[in-house]
Amino acid sequence: MSERDVPIRVLVAKPGLDGHDRGAKVVVKALRDAGMEVIYTGLHQNVDQIVATAIQEDVDVIGLSILNGVHIPISKKLLKKLKEKGVEDKTIIVGGLIPTEEDFEKLKEIGIDGVFPTSTPFDTIVAFIKEKVG
Amino acid sequence: MELIDKMFSGDQIALARLITILENQSQSVPEIMKAIYPHIGNAYLLGITGPPGGGKSTLVDELTSIIRRKGLTVGIVAVDPTSPFSGGALLGDRVRMQKHYLDDGVFIRSMATRGSFGGLTNAAKCVIRLLDAFGKDIIIVETVGVGQTELDIIKAVDTVLVVLVPEAGDTIQTMKAGLMEIADIFVVNKADREGAKQMAGELRTMLNDSQKQTYWQVPVMETQANNGIGIDELYAEIEHHRDVLLQTGNLSVRRRRQRESELAEIVERRIKDKIVERIRKEGKFSVLVKKIADGEIDPYSASNEIFSDKEVLRDCFL
Repeated sequence: MSERDVPIRVLVAKPGLDGHDRGAKVVVKALRDAGMEVIYTGLHQNVDQIVATAIQEDVDVIGLSILNGVHIPISKKLLKKLKEKGVEDKTIIVGGLIPTEEDFEKLKEIGIDGVFPTSTPFDTIVAFIKEKVG
Repeated sequence: MELIDKMFSGDQIALARLITILENQSQSVPEIMKAIYPHIGNAYLLGITGPPGGGKSTLVDELTSIIRRKGLTVGIVAVDPTSPFSGGALLGDRVRMQKHYLDDGVFIRSMATRGSFGGLTNAAKCVIRLLDAFGKDIIIVETVGVGQTELDIIKAVDTVLVVLVPEAGDTIQTMKAGLMEIADIFVVNKADREGAKQMAGELRTMLNDSQKQTYWQVPVMETQANNGIGIDELYAEIEHHRDVLLQTGNLSVRRRRQRESELAEIVERRIKDKIVERIRKEGKFSVLVKKIADGEIDPYSASNEIFSDKEVLRDCFL
């Protein structure tokens, strides 16, 4: 793990209609405490909004928090939109309720860099981001 | 630099990347600033500061809607504090600005205060210039008004709004925080709450007693940002302040003064960086620090030693 001298910038987004952001906020706090600059957008973001924010904030990492089962279609849509806009240098991670091992693999297949289902220790997420971006 | 050309052609990705470079204060800052400087000075700079939780972001959101309706474009720099313990930051101002995420005429960038030594002050000023050169008509800078860094950034704008809420305590608190002197317009937000009228009244009395400029009497505006009440009146007052600054010639006076302190800061920082780098390289610094710690010498005499070392001075300045 290499150390860079400027903080890692992370966007934590809550896409779609799922209105539970306690998990997202806890992760936001953990990443902040690990020395990262975390941009939190609030609830009910659509993919276009997430992409626009990621571009303007020039983040290193986009983290989606999804609890309502739409992780695969949302992730696909996000990756497609990022590609359309010419943004392909971001690390994309998904957290939340990822019910099956199958979904886990599928997310990785479509190009999500890291998948962190509920009850993942914060250290795991932090270490992954630092390894990938640091 | 290719990024700069792209930025001038309206590319938001290039703009965002350049902001990152400025924010990180990397080697290419002078090159970028040199390239963009001929294109600055067209934007009007608005600063919004005040204690946390006063509704600043919501006000920025509402003001942005008005400005967009007038057909003007907006750049927003939202500054939040870095934790001195972890070095991390939670940048949450966007939560209140969701309306404008998909508007191409609005560019929002969150910045953390990061380290001390005026790092952010300088970076934020560079970012304001960049948004100006990019072509934004109005640039809004939002900071939490507690601490020197935030106040320094705010001093770099044309019109300063200080946002207070009735819960902020009596007006003595405002005087304490040094906010009194920098406000061009006071905003008492959450004006539907108890104590708002009284606070606005006290502020007005105090301002009457201490008018700081002959050409401008600082007004106190009452708003309810989350209900959109009083925002049109506030925006009219901002325009009024701008017009007065223009008509009295004080806008250029103000901007010249800002350029002056900007140049002084850059020179100061370069001198400091050079000397510190030079003395650290040779271990002279740690030798002196040890002497000070051992009680052999005091820090003032130690700094005299550095400044009378001809070799150091030659390496730094010739």
